[in-house]
Parts: sequence; structure tokens; C-alpha cells
Amino acid sequence: MKTIRILITGVGGQGTLLASRVLGGLAGELGCDVKVSEVHGMAQRGGSVVTYVCLGDHVASPLIEQGEADFLLAFEQLEAVRYMHMVRPGGTVVVNTQTIAPMPVITGAAAYPEGLLDTLQEAGLKVVAVDALRLAEQAGNARTVNTALMGALARQMEVPQEVMLRTLARIVPEKTVEVNQAAFRLGYEG
Amino acid sequence: MKELYLGNQAIARGAWEAGVRVVSAYPGTPSTEITEFAATYPEIYAEWAPNEKVALEVAFGASLGGARAMVCMKHVGLNVAADPLFTAAYTGVNGGLVIVVADDPGMHSSQNEQDSRYYARSAHLPLLEPANSAECLEFVRRAFEISEEYDTPVLLRTTTRVSHSRSLVELSPRQEQPLKAYQKDIAKNVMMPAMAKGRHLAVEAREKRLAAQAQELGLHSVRFGDTKVGIITSGIASCYVDEALPEASVLKLGLINPLPMKAIHEFARRVEKLYVVEELEPVIEEQLKAAGLSVKGKELFSVQGEYTAQAIAQAIGGRQPAAHPPVASVPGRPPVMCPGCPHRGVFYTLKSMGLTVTGDIGCYTLGAAAPLAAIDACLCMGASIGMAQGMELARGRDQARRTVAVIGDSTFIHSGMTGLAEMSYNGGHGTVLILDNSTTGMTGHQNNPTNGKNIHGDPAPKIDLDTLCRALGVPDVATVDPFDLKGLKAAIQHALDFDGVSVIIARRPCALLSKAPVKPIRLDAEKCRKCRACMRIGCPALVDKGDHIAVDTTLCTGCGLCGELCAFGAIEKGE
Repeated sequence: MKTIRILITGVGGQGTLLASRVLGGLAGELGCDVKVSEVHGMAQRGGSVVTYVCLGDHVASPLIEQGEADFLLAFEQLEAVRYMHMVRPGGTVVVNTQTIAPMPVITGAAAYPEGLLDTLQEAGLKVVAVDALRLAEQAGNARTVNTALMGALARQMEVPQEVMLRTLARIVPEKTVEVNQAAFRLGYEG
Repeated sequence: MKELYLGNQAIARGAWEAGVRVVSAYPGTPSTEITEFAATYPEIYAEWAPNEKVALEVAFGASLGGARAMVCMKHVGLNVAADPLFTAAYTGVNGGLVIVVADDPGMHSSQNEQDSRYYARSAHLPLLEPANSAECLEFVRRAFEISEEYDTPVLLRTTTRVSHSRSLVELSPRQEQPLKAYQKDIAKNVMMPAMAKGRHLAVEAREKRLAAQAQELGLHSVRFGDTKVGIITSGIASCYVDEALPEASVLKLGLINPLPMKAIHEFARRVEKLYVVEELEPVIEEQLKAAGLSVKGKELFSVQGEYTAQAIAQAIGGRQPAAHPPVASVPGRPPVMCPGCPHRGVFYTLKSMGLTVTGDIGCYTLGAAAPLAAIDACLCMGASIGMAQGMELARGRDQARRTVAVIGDSTFIHSGMTGLAEMSYNGGHGTVLILDNSTTGMTGHQNNPTNGKNIHGDPAPKIDLDTLCRALGVPDVATVDPFDLKGLKAAIQHALDFDGVSVIIARRPCALLSKAPVKPIRLDAEKCRKCRACMRIGCPALVDKGDHIAVDTTLCTGCGLCGELCAFGAIEKGE
């Protein structure tokens, strides 16, 4: 299979690491090679975080470089735009409509930019905007924002729903499988 | 079936498969998870030590006692452990001894980007470098074999991208290693001049033997493609080379010290142009040049930061850089103290008092960032106290009235205690603030000797900070709640005026450890005068919307610190 590169970005603490583990876990289902690169430590304290997932017959590097990502999964609008140059022309951005103000905005040193979804579109990217918090609450737990987003991404990746649901069940804590699968379905069905 | 393992997880697995019995470490990104994963195996005794030096001494002792033992640390941790490291190179081992050190090119979470491979060169120790999780697992096993075969501690060096990447591994069962017999042998194990002279000869002989057999250890791999370009590389850089130049000829090294020179010469003979691609320092390159090989390395590549396939392709030639959408200029998002963090009020107070603050290593280093911007200097683990003492020596008693050293509970145990001994023994007048949040926060909440829990979260003897500071000769020790800003300020003023060394323990658990239900604050828009006093604490849960201040209730923990700054009673604790 052709290598699929997924870049996941968000704000430290939003649960991007779980998303990368689940997407990396897809390799087991697809029977392919995989590399996932994560950021731990200082960047997790509310900073901008980025994780790479590469699936393919042979994956040499765990990094995704400029213009290489097939998919950008963004947990926050500003972070989507920050990393949009990493996406290949015509690639897909699945973006949570939530916004979180970074410290320069909180202190008044900068303004939170307007029209971020338009910026993504104007860059020639396919934009799928998802109100994941609403879907997560609908599923019964606000903390399933990440699985709702994964649902929306899976649909764009054309991965069968059952395959992702199986992967999810393998990786999330047993007690949360049901609510996570519900959030995933809501995200998938959009 | 192959499993998807984090590099650090694979190192722990490799150690378990190799029959390791003891793992000791001090947490440090990007090495921390190795020990956390090791602790999940019932056959391994795993622990957090007070610092890396002690961790290495413990692992050395376990090796002396006949067990296979491993010690894990980040690159700067090896500086702390360098003292036992250099002499353990003389004594050698009984049970196998492996020292894992994780470097951080690009400084994702570190104060410098030193290259640990130089330690292997100067201590004359073998060093292995894996490139992915499968090699992490395999190389740890091989490192233990080499350790016992050659009677030497062995370094295993990773970088952030190896430690924190997941890739597929093949698992094997544990090979139980019987405890080796212990025999007293002072010529080998008591390092004083007469014996150390003999052992230094053994070190030299060992290194020669290893160099001669480096080829046969088979830790390198060669791929011949287009012989116009030949690349010698190792570790994560070899992954980027594969990605950038899939057609080139590549010699990928696994044993970095000593280098398999026979394999290198053979490879060099068969390619037209020879390059070395290694992140950080030219450790391999300098040795090849010294051996008379014509090779290009740092002429083309930086000694700073991480490499990429695109940068390698650009320097050597290869695939074209990919087209991409424009780079957008958007406000940065630096890491910040979490909402509800007990450190926030401390730095607000220090800043408002206009003090010089010597800082230390931990979450609270973020007190240097805007808008708190309260820290003047940060050097290494434990340095805050020595720096404050030095400032007083340079500038006199009055400087001590304006200076506070700030250090966390875990960092204080790591190497702050000795700084405090210096201050009290040498007649300083310093003020030391110990930020006791009952955990080792930045590395992901590891227990430590002051919080009464061991690595498994089970009850453990608890070192009392108050008693400890008094025993170190500090007459003036007080404990305050960092959420009580008035009490905190009064305690700091008292300590600054006190004619001797003072310690203030600012005690409140890390906000992320709290299991209490969250009740966000309520901001009364009627009472709010938009003076923005509350914004000065730099809490991510308060957002300036221009015409009003909003509370992000998904982030607010309801700590109420902002309410302490409000002169109009507009902020109320949630119910």
C-alpha cells in the first residue's frame, strides 16, 4: 500500500496521544508497517503539540515533513493553521471547531486570528470542520472529543468503520469502550 | 504478531527479556518511560532514585552482587552520574550493567543539547545506538551480552525521536539469568591508586580487544545501491537517510564506540563520495578523518537541532522537497503552567516584590515566561541555591535581601540539599523557596522521597522537608500554602529580613493530581471593572475578549487565585 501520513496537532492535554496510539494501532488491522512519533515533557503543558503517524508497506522515517501529510487532524483551529504547510497540496484537514487562546492572546500581546477555517480553504486544502465537543457530549462524555474527531478522520481516510471500532476497543480503557465507540460513530456519520 | 512499542517501552522489554533484575533511575525527558515500563514487570525490581549518580551506584552495586542491572537517564543526568561512570569503566562488572542515556537534539524538553557519545569516548566504554523500537529491544539484549563478555558497563544511547517513537517489535520470552557468584576482589573493585593503575591497563586492553572484534559483533548493516554516494550514519539519522536517499549506498552503524573500522574502510573503498550523517557533534566524522578517510559531514550539516529527510536530500542531492501550502504566521503557543497550578501565585508574588530569582529545573521553570517572567537564571538541577549564595558573595548581604532561590521538592532531594548545606555552612543569608507539589511534575508525575510513595504508588518512608532543612543547619523554616498570597508574601519578607538562611516550603499538591470535583469560578460581569488585574497571573482559563473577561469553564479548576487579585469582588469561587 501507498504510505499514508497523518499529522495530529492540538494543545497539550487535549488527548492527541491517544489518537496517535489508535491510528498507529490500525497497522495491526491493515497488516502494514507503522511509525508514530510523539512529543512528551515540556510541550505537554498547554503548549502546541504535534504527533506523526505513518502507515505503509515500509515506513523509513517517523517524521512527516513540509508538504507531506495526507491528513491533518487538528484538535484546535489555530493549531490547524499553524501546521497547514505540513499538508500536501489538496490534502485533507479534519479540524475541531473549538478554539483555545494561547498565552500571547491571554496577555493581550496578540489577537486570536479570525477566519481560520477560510485560511485553510484558501490554501487549497479540503476542510472538514467538526464540532467535536458537541458530538462528545452527545455521546455522553465530553472527554471523547478525540474519538469523535477520529471518526470524522476515518471517514475521510476511507477506513471501514468496523476496522477502526475494533482498533479502538483494543486500545482505550475497557470501561470507556462503549462511550468512545458511540463518539466515534457520531464523528464518522458526521 | 508484531506489537507497536514506544522506543522506551522496547528498552524496558529488552531488559526484561535479558533477565534484568534491577532498574534504577531518576526521571528525565525523554528517558522517563523506560523505568515506568520496567516497573510493570514483576521480575524486575524498579525504583526512582534521588538522582542519577545514586541510580548508577545502585545499578553498579546490583551488578557487583551478580545481577543484571540497568540504569536510565537523560543526557544531562549522565553529567550527574559521570563520577561513578568513569571509574565503573575501570572496575568492570559482575552481572551485566547497561547505562541508558537519552539525548535530546532540538531540545524538546532540555536545557542543552550535549552529545552523550563523547562520554563513551572519554570513559572508554562501548556505546550502542538503536534507530527504532525493534533495535531498542535487540540492542539492550546485545548490550548485556557485551557487558558480561568484555567485563564492562555498556552505554545505550537513544535520542528523543527513538525514545518517543512507536514502531513494530517482535517479542521473545524472558531468559532468566542466574545470579552470578560474588567474590571479594579488591584489585578489581577497590579503586585507589595502586589498584586503579592495574585496572587502567585492563581498560586499554579491553578497548583494543573490542575494537578488533567490533566487526564481528555485527551491529552494523550495509546496503549497496548507487555507489556514487556512500553514507555512514546511525540511529534516527539513518531513518532520515533511508527516506531521503533510498537508492544510495548506506553503512548504518549500531556500535558507535569503538567504531567497526574494518567495515568502514571496506565500505569507503566501494563508494565514490563518502558522507557522514549524524545529529549533534561530529563524533563519527572526526574519527574517520583521523583515520585518513576523505569524508564530508559537518561542512554540510549543523551541529544543532534535529535533521530531516528534506535537509539531507538538499545537502547531498536526492528527492526534491515537496510542494506545500503557505506557512501561516499565527500567535505562538508556548507551554504554560496549568490552570490551578500552585506555582502560579508564587511567581506572581516574587514578581510583584521585584526580587531577583534564581530558578531550577521543573514545571516551575515556566515562571520565567511572560506574563509572570519572574526568574532571572536557570542552569541545571539544584543550581538555584548555589547561584543565590554566589550572588550574595559577589554583591554582599544586601543582595541576599533581594534574592530568592526557587526549587521543587524532587529537585531539592536530587541536588538541592548540598546547595543548602553550602549556604548554611558558609554563613549565607539566603532565602530558599521549596515548591512542594508532592510529585515530580514536568516528567509526568513520578513519586519521590518526599511524598511517601514508591514507584508503584505504594506507601514508602517519607522524608520530611522541614526536619531535613533544619538538620542541614537552617534555623528559620516555615511552611505556607501558595494559594494564600498574603501569607506567602509575609513569609518571604520575613525570610529576606532574617539574619541567616531561611527556607519556606510552599506546599500544595500539583493541580493535575487533584481528584476533587472541579467547580469553575464565577465572574460577575456587573461587578467587573475590566481592570485586568486578574490577567496578571497568566492563567489559561481567563480569556480577554476585548470588551469583557471570560472564563473558559473547560479549563478552570476553580482554584480562586484570580479572585485574590480582584479588588471589586467580581470573582467568586464556584459551588
